[in-house]
Amino acid sequence: MTTWKKICRVEDIPVLGARRVARDRGLDVAVFRNDADEVFALLDRCPHKGGPLSQGIVFGQQVACPLHNWTIGLCDGMAHAPDEGCTPRFVVKVEAGVVHLDADELAGHATDLTRPIAGPVSRKTACA
Amino acid sequence: MDMRVTPKKKMKLVMVGNGMAGVRALEELLKLAPDLYEITVFGAEPHPNYNRILLSPVLAGEQTLDEIVLNDWAWYKDNGITLHAGFKVTQVDRVHRTVTGSNNRGETVQAGYDRLILATGSNPFILPLPGHDLPGVLAYRDIADTQAMIDAAATYKHAAVIGGGLLGLEAANGLMKRGMQVTVVHVGEWLMERQLDKVAGQMLQASLEARGMQFRMSAQTSALVAANSGRVAKVEFKDGSHVPADLVVMAVGIRSNTQLAESMGLHVNRGIVVTDTLQTVTDPRVWAVGECAAHRGIAYGLVAPLFEQGKVLANHLAEFGIARYLGSQTSTKLKVTGIDLFSAGEFMGGEGTDEIVMSDPAGGVYKRLVLKDDKLVGACLYGDTVDGSWYFKLLREGRSVADIRDKLMFGESNIGDVGHQGQSKAAAMADSDEVCGCNGVTKGAICKAIKDKGLFTLDEVRKQTKASASCGSCTGLVEQILMFTAGGDYSATPKMKPICGCTSHGHQAVRDAIKAHKLLTTGSVFRFLEWRTPNGCASCRPAVNYYLISTWPKEAQDDPQSRFINERSHANIQKDGTYSVIPRMWGGETTADELRRIADVVDKYKIPTVKVTGGQRIDLLGVKKEDLVNVWKDIGMPCGHAYAKALRTVKTCVGSEWCRMGTQDSTQMGKDLEKAMWRMYAPHKVKFAVSGCPRNCAEAGIKDVGIIGVDSGWEMYIGGNGGIKTEVAEFLVKLKTAEEVLEYTGAFMQLYREEGWYLERTVHYLHRVGMEHIKKKVLEDEANRKALWARLQHALDGEPDPWFEFDKAHVDTRQFEPLPL
Repeated sequence: MTTWKKICRVEDIPVLGARRVARDRGLDVAVFRNDADEVFALLDRCPHKGGPLSQGIVFGQQVACPLHNWTIGLCDGMAHAPDEGCTPRFVVKVEAGVVHLDADELAGHATDLTRPIAGPVSRKTACA
Repeated sequence: MDMRVTPKKKMKLVMVGNGMAGVRALEELLKLAPDLYEITVFGAEPHPNYNRILLSPVLAGEQTLDEIVLNDWAWYKDNGITLHAGFKVTQVDRVHRTVTGSNNRGETVQAGYDRLILATGSNPFILPLPGHDLPGVLAYRDIADTQAMIDAAATYKHAAVIGGGLLGLEAANGLMKRGMQVTVVHVGEWLMERQLDKVAGQMLQASLEARGMQFRMSAQTSALVAANSGRVAKVEFKDGSHVPADLVVMAVGIRSNTQLAESMGLHVNRGIVVTDTLQTVTDPRVWAVGECAAHRGIAYGLVAPLFEQGKVLANHLAEFGIARYLGSQTSTKLKVTGIDLFSAGEFMGGEGTDEIVMSDPAGGVYKRLVLKDDKLVGACLYGDTVDGSWYFKLLREGRSVADIRDKLMFGESNIGDVGHQGQSKAAAMADSDEVCGCNGVTKGAICKAIKDKGLFTLDEVRKQTKASASCGSCTGLVEQILMFTAGGDYSATPKMKPICGCTSHGHQAVRDAIKAHKLLTTGSVFRFLEWRTPNGCASCRPAVNYYLISTWPKEAQDDPQSRFINERSHANIQKDGTYSVIPRMWGGETTADELRRIADVVDKYKIPTVKVTGGQRIDLLGVKKEDLVNVWKDIGMPCGHAYAKALRTVKTCVGSEWCRMGTQDSTQMGKDLEKAMWRMYAPHKVKFAVSGCPRNCAEAGIKDVGIIGVDSGWEMYIGGNGGIKTEVAEFLVKLKTAEEVLEYTGAFMQLYREEGWYLERTVHYLHRVGMEHIKKKVLEDEANRKALWARLQHALDGEPDPWFEFDKAHVDTRQFEPLPL
């Protein structure tokens, strides 16, 4: 039995845009809305170099990663050929205009993935 | 009412011919309409589609037959295509719409069609000499010929190639590499006379002679004579002399293969006559594509035009009905390893043409450029072909070269200055050398991808390998690699390049439509221009959005969702998803108060890095998206637009206020320019600089607009660039007053804003339209200059600062906060 967690209303996501859902553990989940009012959810992380997909340009059923313009399918999380890679998906339920995510997935799905490190911290890590 | 859609019965599409042009058309068709047809292909050769251009490297032993297959058997199966390989079509019945073919075992197959493509290619022309049918006499056209030549080379010693054209020389080179003694017999006075002028032809001959190839020029062949064995043994000439030959290869030209079309009663003249939609003029159910088709009297024999035709044909078969083939210009490159030659257009010149020639026979370099009415109409290069693609571009675009005539011979070479070890000749590079410094792609990796994946265009190479896909600095090198790996004529791309895969319209057409039809939203542009995708893609949406707001300021509404993230969040995204913030410092001047506020913000928001930029400003790196709004507020300085396709910095030197050398107050001039033009969106980023004297400490020579103070006023330079390829700004005009500097700079900027294509820097815009055009619009026509300046001021009047006026700047502030759980 799926426990659905209320996230926001569909209108809270910009048309051809996204919002990110902060989790207690793991990276954000990006929820996307296209111009047909379909809602999709992916881990907010490009399989290429970890870019935040929620910041990309949404078109059709795809999003272009803001870092290196990889195209990721919103339905399946797959990178478009010839690029290869896949972003974890999250199930979405839209009921009466309200977007829901699966509470179990929010708590435990793909919590091990991280963002790349930038800035002085990365230099220290490299030396260590 | 029953609304269920019953699956439509698929139409039957039959293609006669299984070569590169036809199969490419099918690939394009499957991309557009994968389920429209049940497809059957007849191919006379018992092979799947292979790359005919690469038969020469196979002959020369540089590649194997397996390596040149473009579509393997599985491809046909995966796409549900019935392939009858080895079946030559013997009859087409246009009344009952059936195609009948048979193979060499006497088996027959028949297929019915709703639509028919003829892609029968061409046949080699065989000179009707006595002895032309002897054993050991071959044409050079397909895998069987190539294999026969390879076999002959293993047994026999002497070969003669009749025909000193492109194909003949490649055959001769291949046979020589396989150990034969080869004599090229040529009727003309010099080699490749259809591609080269006399000097280049003779240089080529000398270079091939040095490798051991022998020549009989201006030769009149009279007969091929057999030995006792019955096999050919020598070539005899009209003057009584002869050369020994156990193998004779005829490479004197090709003719469109129209035998079948003629038997079908189709109109044939040099080829199967087709319209701009590749439909035959005789039967609307029948199309023809490739070497067998005659379009406006020309049957093309090079691969790039044939691929263009394939695209158009696919568009019509998919029932989109909007594409037209308008003919192609072609260029040639010889695929003989180590020999560099390139020709395009009317390289022989003629009445009304001028020529610029550079000849250095000892150095092995020869270049000839042919101009007509100040336009480049032909080019012939030997020894140094780096600029071939640039000349070819100028030739296709047909733009006036009057303003660069004196520099034309020295070339441009679209290779950047940095990122590839200073190399400019791909041929001289080793396989392990890095070509693309951004993505770490070696020459070997590019060659391998071209061969393995059957790539033909720069775009395909970029997609597959990422080479030249980031900064583009190595584009010229990648093009060269493509030229000698995939074949010479890859670059005959259409004059007009579509914005992206969503449309067949180019940048100019989209601009023109927005202006002429007063389109105000991306949606209306997509509908009006029949975009193929519902809401574009990450390439076209930002471009269209820019065209809308620059064409109709105050009327078209900016769409933040069509902007790249940096222009949506008004900060620069970094690799870890944080942002950088660069406040505006007018003319690069700041105060203790500003610095104190910046320092406080750095502490308060724990900003990890503070860096001084090259544009005399301060960059705060690693700001969390949630903090952006408060960082802007606490700094309390205007937005620096360091993230945008807009006016960025105005770099200044100290100027006459302090400097003992200064002649003008450059700092004030810079501030005035910046205050007049900040918030100005443009096709790409724009940088200004103002120096107070010709020592030019503000480096104005590499800025989009560079102003240099002199004792009597200001000099204005435009189109400089300090990035991938250092471009020195060109002198535009000498001005007297600061007011004039504002007016002329503003007018040039507005012209660029109105005419530049999205992501085209001023230097590229300038190269495209020419300096004469800018001078005409900005210098010579005073009324126009003032009108341009007024339009820019109107567009900028009341433009918001996006860091403070969120509503007016359409900043969706919801983006800064994550949704809570």
